[in-house]
Amino acid sequence: MIETIRSSTRLIAARPLVAIGAAFLTLIVTFAIFAPWIAPFGPDAIDPVNRLLPPGGGHLMGTDHFGRDTFSRVVYGSRLALLIGVGVVVFALGTGVPIGVLSALYPKLGRVLMRMVDVLMSFPSLLLALGLIVILGQGVFNAILAIGLIYLTTTARIVYGVALRLRAEPYVEAARSMGAGTWWVVTRHILPNMISPLMVQASFVFAFAQLGAAALDFLGLGAPPDVPSWGNMLAESRIYITRASWLLLWPGLMIVLTAFSLNLVGDWLRDRMDPRFREMVGK
Amino acid sequence: MGRYILHRTGAAIATLIAASIIIFAFIHLIPGDPVYVMLGDGATPDQVAALRQRLGLDEPVIAQYFIWAGNALQGDLGQSVFFDTPVTQVIAEGAETSILLALITMVWIVGFGIPVGVLAAVRQGRWIDQGLSGLAMLLASVPTFWVGLYLILIFAAGLGWFPSSGYPSIFEEGGLSNLRYLVLPSLALAAPNAALILRLTRASMLDVSREDYVRTARAKGIRPSRVVVRHILRNALLAVVSAFGFTFAALISEAVVTETVFALPGVGRTVVQSILRRDYPVIQGVILIIVCLYLVINLLVDLSYRMLDPRVELE
Repeated sequence: MIETIRSSTRLIAARPLVAIGAAFLTLIVTFAIFAPWIAPFGPDAIDPVNRLLPPGGGHLMGTDHFGRDTFSRVVYGSRLALLIGVGVVVFALGTGVPIGVLSALYPKLGRVLMRMVDVLMSFPSLLLALGLIVILGQGVFNAILAIGLIYLTTTARIVYGVALRLRAEPYVEAARSMGAGTWWVVTRHILPNMISPLMVQASFVFAFAQLGAAALDFLGLGAPPDVPSWGNMLAESRIYITRASWLLLWPGLMIVLTAFSLNLVGDWLRDRMDPRFREMVGK
Repeated sequence: MGRYILHRTGAAIATLIAASIIIFAFIHLIPGDPVYVMLGDGATPDQVAALRQRLGLDEPVIAQYFIWAGNALQGDLGQSVFFDTPVTQVIAEGAETSILLALITMVWIVGFGIPVGVLAAVRQGRWIDQGLSGLAMLLASVPTFWVGLYLILIFAAGLGWFPSSGYPSIFEEGGLSNLRYLVLPSLALAAPNAALILRLTRASMLDVSREDYVRTARAKGIRPSRVVVRHILRNALLAVVSAFGFTFAALISEAVVTETVFALPGVGRTVVQSILRRDYPVIQGVILIIVCLYLVINLLVDLSYRMLDPRVELE
């Protein structure tokens, strides 16, 4: 506990912006967990009399065209933001890491798998996601898969590069010459040494998943319209931008600050990383 | 060099063939009968049979692929189900808007990203570098459609300097002055990508400035500004050029959203509308063309990179 406090004060002193980013991310997590207690209204509580109210009074961030409280919807929106972020990271790393590691360990298989990754990378990312949405249909879970597929490719590439280098390390060769099996080498040597590049990759994937999900929502191909996501809120506010510009501000600001904070934290993690792998991640 | 060109071109063609199989398979991966999905439940058996025959869905799957790919090689991407016109015509109608949008956006990206990246690198570690690097990261974290909506709010609805939506062709009334319709969309599209080029220019400049020949040039007493331009920047730009292929792909992806925000009659909006209309031949055609373009641009970038820097070896 004391160690945690000490390292946090060190971080605040050395990289104040990163500390602010980390604090903002903590706020988002708090919003997501305690949404029903923090939000003064339900996310779908319609109040036609008080529609398009500017911020102030009983509504901290104003109300939308149905009279729903914007602050409450922003708070509930952080649940979906976290769900999408975690989902995409789990999918991208859960598939990208095995593909990358197997490709590095078995060069013949690697040639096939990495070629397939190259082919997927020849599709512009959002178009790849849109294509998958057409096949799978609209929905939160499918949006996670579609965005995850984009980052499966970049993750597999990075993991492949890092694993190739680790495989050539003297201690891995030593373990192999002493008769260690593939499983042992992977679990004891390769994966543990990969944790910091993976953490950096995870933070960037999490950040870009926010932007990708927002774009899908905006196009009407992401979360169903009744779900209070920040992207949906922006899509709905579009028609009212001249009458109620604050509707544009809050959800957009949440997306930007979440992605920005994650990028800051990712950059900070990369700076602390083994310099040999630094250039491989986060491009 | 000849071997290099051959090898790279071969790899690009192999990737294109693999990608074309995925794009072809797309229509078969959609759950349900694609013909019923496209025509809706009210379709008569005659209409269904006609469309099935037109799309060649009666043939065996492998034969279908070869017919489709063969037609595509001859410039026939099939018929749009919604417009009942050739897909190539639908794409050609959006091409002018999309190409001009991409070109103007590239001007912003290069014109802002490279000089500002150089400035940040030259002032490395000072407040101006930290400020610019922070700005770059912020721009990279902003959704393009959000920037677009604010640009509309401020410069179109508020100040009235630029139109908020649509784009009449430069070949119609108004001529080149119609390009003003593309100013705000291109700025929105440029924001995250200029940030990427800025960061890349800065990093690449710092890498090159640690080279021995830069130290030698400085030791010879060459003016610092000349060292920056002649020795560092010229070599640093190599890495930036190689990112252009990637940037182009990002532009195409994000143009889908930007064209929707600004209601531009481009290829990107055609994709979104075709998805909503379930006009699968158009989706397939657009994606195939974009993948082709992307591979050609990457190939050209790779080859020019090799010409600019002969040290680049075959992988």
